[in-house]
Amino acid sequence: MHLHKYEKIWLTFGIGSLVLFLAVLGVAAFAFGQQPPSHMASVDSQNLEDTVFAEPGLDQINEDTYRARIVALTYGYSPDTIEIPAGSTVIFEVTSQDVVHSFTIPGTNVNMMITPGHVNMTEHTFTEPGEYLVICNEYCGTGHHYMQMKIEVTP
Amino acid sequence: MLQSNLAYKLPLTEEPAHVASKDAKLSFVHVVVAFFAFLIGILGGLLQGLARGGIIELPAWLGYYQILTAHGVLLALVFTTYLIFGFFFAGMSRTHGAFSDRLRKMGWAGFIITTIGTLMAASMIIANEASVLYTFYAPLQAHYIFYSGLALFVVGTWVAGAAIMAHYFQWKKEHPGEPTPLFGFMATATLILWVVAGLGVAATVLGQMLPWALGMTDEINVLLSRTLFWYFGHPLVYFWIMPAYMVWYLVIPKVIGGRLFSGSLARLAFILFLLFSIPVGFHHQLMEAGITEFWKYIQTVLTFVVVVPSLLTAFSIFATFEQTGREQGGKGLFSWIKKLPWGDVRFFAPFMGMLVFIPAGAGGLINASFQLNAVVHNTLWVVGHFHLTVGTTVILTFFGMAFWLIPVITGRRLTKSMNRSGMVTTWLWTIGMFLMSGAMHILGLFGAPRRTAYTTYQDHPQAMSWFEGIFASHITVAIGGVILTAAGILMFYNFIYLAWFAPKGETEFPMTPDPDDTPHTPALLENWKLWIGIAVVLILFAYTIPIYDMIVNAPPGSPAFNNLIR
Ligand code: HEM
Ligand SMILES: [Cu+2]
Ligand SMILES: [Cu+2]
Repeated sequence: MHLHKYEKIWLTFGIGSLVLFLAVLGVAAFAFGQQPPSHMASVDSQNLEDTVFAEPGLDQINEDTYRARIVALTYGYSPDTIEIPAGSTVIFEVTSQDVVHSFTIPGTNVNMMITPGHVNMTEHTFTEPGEYLVICNEYCGTGHHYMQMKIEVTP
Repeated sequence: MLQSNLAYKLPLTEEPAHVASKDAKLSFVHVVVAFFAFLIGILGGLLQGLARGGIIELPAWLGYYQILTAHGVLLALVFTTYLIFGFFFAGMSRTHGAFSDRLRKMGWAGFIITTIGTLMAASMIIANEASVLYTFYAPLQAHYIFYSGLALFVVGTWVAGAAIMAHYFQWKKEHPGEPTPLFGFMATATLILWVVAGLGVAATVLGQMLPWALGMTDEINVLLSRTLFWYFGHPLVYFWIMPAYMVWYLVIPKVIGGRLFSGSLARLAFILFLLFSIPVGFHHQLMEAGITEFWKYIQTVLTFVVVVPSLLTAFSIFATFEQTGREQGGKGLFSWIKKLPWGDVRFFAPFMGMLVFIPAGAGGLINASFQLNAVVHNTLWVVGHFHLTVGTTVILTFFGMAFWLIPVITGRRLTKSMNRSGMVTTWLWTIGMFLMSGAMHILGLFGAPRRTAYTTYQDHPQAMSWFEGIFASHITVAIGGVILTAAGILMFYNFIYLAWFAPKGETEFPMTPDPDDTPHTPALLENWKLWIGIAVVLILFAYTIPIYDMIVNAPPGSPAFNNLIR
């Protein structure tokens, strides 16, 4: 098969940048730990009262780190508000008691799918005080557009 | 850039080629279903745009998510699939000779099964028993008739696809040692992709959802069903784009009065699409639990391999343009561009589609970029993205195709005024999409969710800002939607006119003469067993371990939630 000279240049350049790009993604992921939320723990979505999600809410882990265990449900989250001081890092552990939802804080990189039976995890440091909106961006039924909670970040 | 290609030394001869009239009829019924689905689909799109923008309120008997389900199913599945099969039946008849009666009957059987499936699914959507959107994620549960309809839809396309592939392989058998006609080669690659991908959706619908909706099983493995869906869902987008590429590779060169640059490169590109568009579904599941980072990354790497055939395609198409422009006397670096037939809708509409594919493809790279996906996943950005790719690149290419395909199969002529009407349609669609999709992209970056009815989240300032931007606003989306709908209705009118009212006459099915490298087509490229084998190996590599893990380490399954969708 004949390749035109310009085609060779074009493909070499294209494939070269592709390899470089994938290497950058790979290094960011596996050397610097910038991974998409892919937690492997599972739970029984129909019996959350027998799990660590029996009493969802906020735990302080150390001075400025918290763990928020949150249950997504049609159409809201439990708890529906959490409050933390500015500068805190929050580790979110979220699961669903019914259908598929998401846990999304617009304006941040917190955006993960919440599938029943699985616990998904991510973390975020809230530097600016204010009232953060949490929404569900996966269709979960006729009331999907009402599903929200709040994170109060106090100064 | 100077091309030294021999094309102009070969005569641009053409065998007298027709679409056999019985095949034309089979093609025509597909096109008719496609355009009626299109009309209903875009009216749904209009309502969505207006409702989300808070400009209208939907009546109580019509749900936002019900319309959205219809919109997705009718446009992304029904319109595209029917038009593609209409194109394939006509094109195969034109390039491989008339179908045998046996194979044509099989084609009709496929059409009938697919259509029964479509009507079953549609009736459940209308009855509000299936507002689960076109991705039907469990454990939201639709009526079992909806799932049965989907299964019939897929099976019907397999039957029709088998007829087309059998026609191709028969030609191959009758012409041993000859390279097969490009049209048949490309259609076959597309259909193999469709069949292999369809196995995933058939597995989840028949193996998981239907028994569960019928009450035969109590629980469903949600992650597995999502994975099987996306095993199908990504190749689905290639099932749309490959026929559009066929128009670019095979039809456009003839429309502009030239010849395709290289046949072998075209074949290679299609084989690469076949190999690398299936083992990549995880890039739609990057944000979910239960799949390890490792397998997500592997599939991300495989995803990006499609850059290679995309580059091949871009090169081939522009080389063909340049070669043709120069043959017709275009000189200098760029003046050949002036020689292209800008006023011909058969060229201009697909060309606008190609142009849009440049930013659309760049957006796709962002979506698939592993960590970056968190910023855009399930936001309006994604909706903006696929309204550019399928909603503009593919759609405008199909619009352009309609202006010769319909007259060919109805024995009519494309008139000057129809051509003008097509040009207006193309401009309106492009402008409408610029507004709608542009605003969706930016809103998505600001976090506005997709698949969400009108809401201000109790007047939260962040959600309010999505209505208040000058360009980045749900209002812009709605305005773009109105313009698009106008374009769509005009296109429907064009279809009606071309199908039943245009003056009778002969119309050419434009098909590039064989590229001059045809005699040197490497036999390897035609070795289908080899390519299917490699495709299977890649799929097994990318999916075996994660799917095994999903089954063996599955959490307790989910019961049905069917009250939430009414
Ligand atoms: C008049 C033209 C169109 C308009 C006004 C329009 C409008 C819209 C809007 C506003 C949404 C997003 C709703 C949401 O996420 O809440 C949407 C979704 C969608 N559109 Fe369109 N659209 C049009 C044409 C098309 C075409 C031609 C296609 C494909 C061939 C298409 C495929 C889709 C798909 C697949 C979805 C996603 C459905 C889902 O999320 O379940 N649209 N459209
Ligand atoms: Cu939701
Ligand atoms: Cu994809």
